[in-house]
Amino acid sequence: MSETILEIKNLTIHYVVDKETVEAVNNVNLQINKGETLGLVGETGAGKTTLAKGIMGIIPNPPGKILNGEIIFEGENLLKKNKKEMQAIRGEKISMIFQDPMTALNPVMTVGDQIAEVIRLHEHVSPKEATDKAKEMLEMVGIPGQRASEYPHQFSGGMKQRVVIAIALACRPELLIADEPTTALDVTIQMQVLDLMNNLKKQLGTSMVLITHDFGVVAEMCEKVAIMYAGEVVEYGTARDIFNHGCHPYTRGLFESLPSLNEDQPRLKPIVGLMPDPTQLPVGCNFAPRCPYCTDACKERKSDMVNLTETHQVKCDYAVRKFREETDNG
Amino acid sequence: MDNILEVKNLKKYFDTPGGKLHAVDDVSFTIERGKTLGVVGESGCGKSTMGRVIVHLLDATDGKIFFEGKDITRVSKGELKKLRRDIQMIFQDPYSSIDPRMTVRDLIGEPLKTHKLFSSKQEYEDKVSHLMETVGLAERVGYQYPHELDGGRRQRIGIARALALEPKFIVCDEPVSALDVSIQAQILNLLMDLQDSRQLTYIFVTHDLSVVKHISDDILVMYLGQMVEKCASKELFENHKHPYTKALLSAIPIPMVDIERKHEILKGEITSPINPKPGCRFAPRCPLANDRCHSENPELREIAPQHFVACHNI
Repeated sequence: MSETILEIKNLTIHYVVDKETVEAVNNVNLQINKGETLGLVGETGAGKTTLAKGIMGIIPNPPGKILNGEIIFEGENLLKKNKKEMQAIRGEKISMIFQDPMTALNPVMTVGDQIAEVIRLHEHVSPKEATDKAKEMLEMVGIPGQRASEYPHQFSGGMKQRVVIAIALACRPELLIADEPTTALDVTIQMQVLDLMNNLKKQLGTSMVLITHDFGVVAEMCEKVAIMYAGEVVEYGTARDIFNHGCHPYTRGLFESLPSLNEDQPRLKPIVGLMPDPTQLPVGCNFAPRCPYCTDACKERKSDMVNLTETHQVKCDYAVRKFREETDNG
Repeated sequence: MDNILEVKNLKKYFDTPGGKLHAVDDVSFTIERGKTLGVVGESGCGKSTMGRVIVHLLDATDGKIFFEGKDITRVSKGELKKLRRDIQMIFQDPYSSIDPRMTVRDLIGEPLKTHKLFSSKQEYEDKVSHLMETVGLAERVGYQYPHELDGGRRQRIGIARALALEPKFIVCDEPVSALDVSIQAQILNLLMDLQDSRQLTYIFVTHDLSVVKHISDDILVMYLGQMVEKCASKELFENHKHPYTKALLSAIPIPMVDIERKHEILKGEITSPINPKPGCRFAPRCPLANDRCHSENPELREIAPQHFVACHNI
């Protein structure tokens, strides 16, 4: 067994806006081992980013509230830490790459200074040493060190994202949370950035949570996958479990909506309907209104997370039955 | 062959402080009635600009556009209004392309009013209801405002507005890029159904190759304003020739595990389209580039029937 670096237990995060409560993350359990990449997949509004911000301890309060749960990082519960302790962890032990490199950087600071800033905050080094280290980081992500004195607007989108990655990795964090790191980039540049992240992961042994809605990126990068829907993890397993034996109707629906590059399909099979309003989640299964296999029982109560195999869990009674039938028949 | 649109040596340059920006440079193609031409390329390759020039949101710098055999490159205001009934556009961002202060019914009815396409109030209401039904918008959302709707429904409004004038030809500029996959599939199905029932012709501009493969009959690959390859969709995926097309296809992450893939990772990034140097524009990133590529611009050649490539090394 490899060592667990992060464990999330029964995490629930709500936003209270006016009189409504947005149930953004509900009772999520996840586990990430050292050196592993977990893909967090789901559509807009599934709660992926809220979960990531929860781990970072940057949920704005108000309106955000962590109601329940534990986030255990290297054996300690992050939710019990005070502001100062969290500041010491953020950037040094856990860091985050945000989706949009165009807005994540400070436009009036050179990129070198922005990288050096993190280093000086967390490591007791002289300004000179920090600047040298910043240059090293730039070289590591494939940008010539002499460009450290340039400003973000002098870089293209792909290069800005590399700078953001350099900042995130400057203190060699144990855990990197990447929120849609390549969504804003073109495919050829996306491939460069993914390749870079994979290499750095191997070099530094960083564990990673990769948030994305692109199954292609997941297949490229992740060992484990969690599928999120309306604030819940509905299916969780190794990449192979999910891609080859994914059985939650939502997981299946997502795969079937993708246009395929390998085979000809006359029509796509979209999932009917829309994600439920997170202020008015149904009593039963959140996916029930859109599910082709929905029964009366589904509308009344939520299924529990069930272990199908040692690595594969799913939150759907129908999927469990179906999976067991299929395995029984070989 | 019944070609609905023909574009010949189309050019669109923009004046910038740094010099002339070659957004679209010498693009030529034809589209058959009822077919879809997919246009792919990375940001900044001029694909959206080309779509905008064809629907006359921008004027062409040089070249010709023929619609149903008629030269429409330069048209008067009156002619343009007539042309709009035949050529419409669906925009990328359903959040910014519709007026937030109009209700759904008013938005969909607006083109009907502009072109006075009804004789009575009743006919107007019927037409709007029919359009809503066609694009799959429930009657009850008719009096809601765009901010109350999700991206998929907003894009349906955009489609209904484009269909209101019963056009023959629609330029779809990244109509599904802002949508989630499950919603994206709904909209793609809708567009394909509409094409079947109304004999529509599409230009489908996108950067998503799996979407373009699904919807297109022919595909045009652009790089820095120029055509690099054009052929039937199937041919492009099975038998592409241009090194850029190759790199583009190998860079798509495929949603499957246990497959061995070697990615061809392109070095560098798209160069500046302002006052481009002579020579192939892809040469600085091309693994096959030689001296000739850096000095001489490759012509578009037909290397097999209906398969066009611009590369010295093919």
